[in-house]
Amino acid sequence: MCRLFSLTSRDPVSPMLAINALNVMKEGHDGSGVGLYLHDLGGPFGEMKEAPILSGIFTEAGLKRLSQTAAEIGLDPKYSMTFSPQTPPPPGTPKRGTYLARAYDIPEAWKGLPADELAQEYTRFRLMLRASGEELGDMQVFSFWPDTIMVKEVGDPLTVGQYLGLDNKDLVARRILAQGRQNTNYAINLYACHPFFLQGVCSMTNGENTAFIPIREYLSSRGVDGYSGYQSDSEVFAHILHFTLKRLGLGLEYYKHIITPLTDEELEGHPDRENLIRLKQACRKLIIDGPNCVIGCLPDGAMFMVQDRKKLRPGVVGGKPGIFAFSSEICGLNAAIPDRDPSKDFQPMHLDTAIVRPDCQEVTICNQMQVLPRLH
Amino acid sequence: MQSNAGLTPSTLSLKDLPWQIDWDIHTCTLCGRCTAVCPVNAIELGVFRKRELHAKPGIPEKPTNTYTIYHGIRQRTDPAYRCIGCAMCNMVCPNNAIRPRQLSESPMLWYHNNRGGQPRTRGGRRNEHGPNLLDQVKFIRISMLTDPALDAGRHEFELKTLLGRILPPEEEINALKTDGWTPPVREIYPLIIGGMSFGALSPNMWEGLYMGISYLNEELGIPARISTGEGGCPPRLLRSRFIKYVILQIASGYFGWDEIIRAIPEMQEDPCAIEIKYGQGAKPGDGGLLMWYKVNKLIAALRGVPQGVSLPSPPTHQTKYSIEEAVAKMIQSMYMAWGFRVPVYPKISASSTSLAVLNNLVRNPYAAALAVDGEDGGTGAAYNVSINHMGHPIASNLRDCYLNLVAQGRQNELPIIAGGGIGKNGNIAANAASLIMLGASAVQVGKYMMQAAAGCIGSEGDRCNVCNIGLCPKGITSQDPRIYRRLDPEKVAERVVDVYLAFDTEMRKIFAPLGRSTSLPIGMSDALGIADKDAAERLQIKYVV
Ligand code: SF4
Ligand code: SF4
Repeated sequence: MCRLFSLTSRDPVSPMLAINALNVMKEGHDGSGVGLYLHDLGGPFGEMKEAPILSGIFTEAGLKRLSQTAAEIGLDPKYSMTFSPQTPPPPGTPKRGTYLARAYDIPEAWKGLPADELAQEYTRFRLMLRASGEELGDMQVFSFWPDTIMVKEVGDPLTVGQYLGLDNKDLVARRILAQGRQNTNYAINLYACHPFFLQGVCSMTNGENTAFIPIREYLSSRGVDGYSGYQSDSEVFAHILHFTLKRLGLGLEYYKHIITPLTDEELEGHPDRENLIRLKQACRKLIIDGPNCVIGCLPDGAMFMVQDRKKLRPGVVGGKPGIFAFSSEICGLNAAIPDRDPSKDFQPMHLDTAIVRPDCQEVTICNQMQVLPRLH
Repeated sequence: MQSNAGLTPSTLSLKDLPWQIDWDIHTCTLCGRCTAVCPVNAIELGVFRKRELHAKPGIPEKPTNTYTIYHGIRQRTDPAYRCIGCAMCNMVCPNNAIRPRQLSESPMLWYHNNRGGQPRTRGGRRNEHGPNLLDQVKFIRISMLTDPALDAGRHEFELKTLLGRILPPEEEINALKTDGWTPPVREIYPLIIGGMSFGALSPNMWEGLYMGISYLNEELGIPARISTGEGGCPPRLLRSRFIKYVILQIASGYFGWDEIIRAIPEMQEDPCAIEIKYGQGAKPGDGGLLMWYKVNKLIAALRGVPQGVSLPSPPTHQTKYSIEEAVAKMIQSMYMAWGFRVPVYPKISASSTSLAVLNNLVRNPYAAALAVDGEDGGTGAAYNVSINHMGHPIASNLRDCYLNLVAQGRQNELPIIAGGGIGKNGNIAANAASLIMLGASAVQVGKYMMQAAAGCIGSEGDRCNVCNIGLCPKGITSQDPRIYRRLDPEKVAERVVDVYLAFDTEMRKIFAPLGRSTSLPIGMSDALGIADKDAAERLQIKYVV
């Protein structure tokens, strides 16, 4: 079972903080990979919040092709951060080329587009690059979105982090999601590596989603750009979250009701019973199964943890005003925020959603038995 | 036998009959119970001639002989009275002195099953030996090391399904916000007892099944449902609260619908759903058929017809000319009759036109589901040729339907109920789970219930199959009180409950290791494998050898 660790902090911090926390939970994963999601960036990227950032891995040819393709549609590179390690890669990690995060000025044609159309343009561009990269083998693209960087690689998280030089002082962020294992249920493939990201919505999971195939079939049939690829059974968690927020217009409080609805008995006395029953029926295709702990981050920077219906996975939230962390194990929390009050640590159970809002002040617990915000 | 003793082309020898009666002279007490119980008079008391030789010891005296007679059991060879292998004679024999035995190699009877130019009509099943496709499907995705398997005994499982049209989430939320109408949806158990009519079944059988269903619902909280089949529903049941566990079926003969329409104003509860029957798996393209033998006073009264006449339902609803029209008119009028509160769906036989029907239903916002019945379905009466040779297997037909919905993004919005041959060889849970993972929202069974809950002795080897002529030896499909009082409704109810409970346990035993517990694994095709390459390709599941 892989270990998960995420941080939400008032001040930008280095991703190495999260990677170190993963490292202390090492027994729990086989060190086969690392995935990082960095959002609300500090450093030079922090000064260009609106500019979409492309992150991925490119060969020489890939970099050239990227420049051409970007220029063709009028994307103007603004600032790049590259990692082209000169040392030989650590054992298990292939030699790949350049790890790139590049911010762009968007073309005239995109300026003034409504937010969701702009989001679509970003997504299409990323998918186009991904597809052509898969064909020619010269690029892997993980995200193209403002204020967001994603890094994925195979190998031991700490070693890979050092190898890529992620301790770069310019690479800091306020929201960090980190995961320490390659996907094992399906083919080894960087696209299968957590976290998964789509249009500001990000999630990672440890566990197995046995309802994957029907959910994948359903999501793929929704006609949404970006609901595709599916190299991992956990990718659907990010897309269900995206679906809940963007397509259904529901808040995070509803996410758990979608993926693990209440039983009939629990619904019996629920103040929102009627609505919840109908929601459960309409969204039945999105009910997940299998042991899962899901950690995710919303476009507004809220970070959360939910558990599967049976709470078969560990997970804990803790911290202090200004910085909070979500971790598979308490030792990860101890490593990252040693000076917090551990008596306030919280382990979400099968009905809970633990949320830390972007102000990083407290952990809010949203229980499925509670009244929900009104639909409007 | 002398050559002038009436040998005709249809004179068969004992050797030509598929079922042979082994009768043991040494243990028979000549009580006559077997001949009395035999539903088809295949055996009769016989008088046999015997010559006994008396040879005295010593040479001088010559041996003498005497002629005597003795009584015994004789098997008749007239095709009209051939033994059907039901073994009722054995069941009633105090000494086990008699039993039927199947003769594998004799095909002669097949050529003489059409006396008077009438092809054989029979009830029962398809009579095809061997494992069917569903029995060959394996469940291959077992959670072991990557994740702890669930515990079928301890964990909670949600083994329920939805019957009724489900709106896409966006539309449902919109309806929630604007207080709009949404189609009625029922949460039910995914094992439905399929349509077997009051008329096809004896009153005792009917009562037993419905008692069992009511007990499951009221006492055990298992939302099991049963379809009435065509032929109406007893008025007392229509007006009772138990009607909510019942799916009322309407077919092209409209038998019994006068009663139902009349009862609507007095109904305490809505029925679970309305099923419009267009076809059935055992005889695609044929309507219903209740042969005259079974149309007694009660059945005649309930169906509003004269006594003692055969009651064929035509193969189509004669007032409609197309599926579009039928769907539009029938479904809408049925919806209207119950104030848009009851799901209405059609049942068709699996065939290459299933997809066409499905596509029509997808576009009809009122259609609540589609029931598809495969070739292995059983029946109360049909032509032999229809039962044995017509129809489409359920697995691939269902799969086509499901994948068609997936391609349109409509999966599970229009639930598909699959039937036809589920549990044919006794593997009801495995068969049902396979179909659910291939895309069915629920499955329906008929003959499995008759066999398991009432002891129907029909088998897949042309045994019994006299359901049509009112002689059902077990009293399941007979309308003759002298016969059906053999069947104790209470015991049938008990067995229905046993079947459901055992099914439930086995379903958990399948779903738990696959890691599924929070919702029914509809369409979880990655869990299925089969050792037949063509079948794997056709069903889009894994090929495992
Ligand atoms: S097996 Fe059935 S049909 Fe045959 S003789 Fe016995 S009772 Fe009659
Ligand atoms: S036992 Fe009755 S129901 Fe079963 S096959 Fe024989 S006649 Fe038909």
